[in-house]
Amino acid sequence: MDYIDPHIHMVSRITDDYETLARMGCVALSEPAFWAGFDRGTVHGFRDYFRQLTEVEPKRAAQYGIQHYCWLCINAKEAENVSLSREVIAMIPEFINKPNVLGIGEIGLNKNTRNEAIVFLEHMELAIKYEQQILIHTPHLEDKYQGTRMILDMLIGDSRIDRSRVLVDHVEEHTVRHVLEEGFWAGMTLYPVSKCTPARAVDMIEMYGSERLMVNSAGDWGPSKPTAVPDFIMEMRRRKHPESLIRKIVYENPLQFFSQSQGFRFTPRDASETVVTQ
Amino acid sequence: MSLTAQETLTREFLEIRCRILDLAAMLDRLERADDTVADDPRLKRIHEALDVLKKVHEDRAEQVQLTFSRPYDESWQQTLKVKPR
Repeated sequence: MDYIDPHIHMVSRITDDYETLARMGCVALSEPAFWAGFDRGTVHGFRDYFRQLTEVEPKRAAQYGIQHYCWLCINAKEAENVSLSREVIAMIPEFINKPNVLGIGEIGLNKNTRNEAIVFLEHMELAIKYEQQILIHTPHLEDKYQGTRMILDMLIGDSRIDRSRVLVDHVEEHTVRHVLEEGFWAGMTLYPVSKCTPARAVDMIEMYGSERLMVNSAGDWGPSKPTAVPDFIMEMRRRKHPESLIRKIVYENPLQFFSQSQGFRFTPRDASETVVTQ
Repeated sequence: MSLTAQETLTREFLEIRCRILDLAAMLDRLERADDTVADDPRLKRIHEALDVLKKVHEDRAEQVQLTFSRPYDESWQQTLKVKPR
């Protein structure tokens, strides 16, 4: 089955992973900007990273027929450095009109601090100013519940935010309902130990339905599995869910969400022409 | 369409058994060690989560998640002095 991974960090993966993803049915993916495993020291480091996301990775993905999209930001872990964050936010517009950019992300919170919240709000301003979609990282483990509620408070508190253009990622059993009830999109990250398993993701589909829900692998430089979305597909089939429902979650929903990005272009595998949605 | 309860139990019985055994062995491992973690708050959370499995009859996964979560502070914007937009 053709599928789209809406959250995967391919800069951290080897080229063989692109080939494996293609063999498994991945036709497109989106890569949010994230933490490199160390705090970068200057805005120039981010400029180079954004060039990698907008110039290098699309070419690497295209070798295997995968369409590569990305999101730009300074992540929550580095947001404690507010002055650097502001330099990065001021630089992002240089890249916003690149053809594979979907919006601002993955912004969010990590330890739910004042500086993280300040930088989150300034990213929101950037997204509003440039009419960009937003992809949001929610914190890990014991900080996820409080952090997700804080993020929702900030989003809901700003009437300029179009909730249908915001994806709140890494939801789990205790946060998914809050996100969906407020009208946002929700992403379930299939990740070993610290996030969601394919079986629990299917449980949440069974409990909450298929509207505004996606699954992703968040494959990165840590222990993670870039082919986790096919694992989800397999679990859905083992539970006898119809192919149409599986396709909605792993293909149609990401397309519906991405299609709200300015100038989003996607070529279905069996189409002769690129689909331009706006 | 999803699986019936009977189909689910048939499919998952051995996996449930395996995970309970893993948990039992992990707790035994903690007991066998020379030192003690009896007062460690993480162990307290683990026992609270185990209680959820026995005492709660719906949304167990959500309740276990909340057991391992810091509570939501509604007044965080005042506490952190962050101005909403």
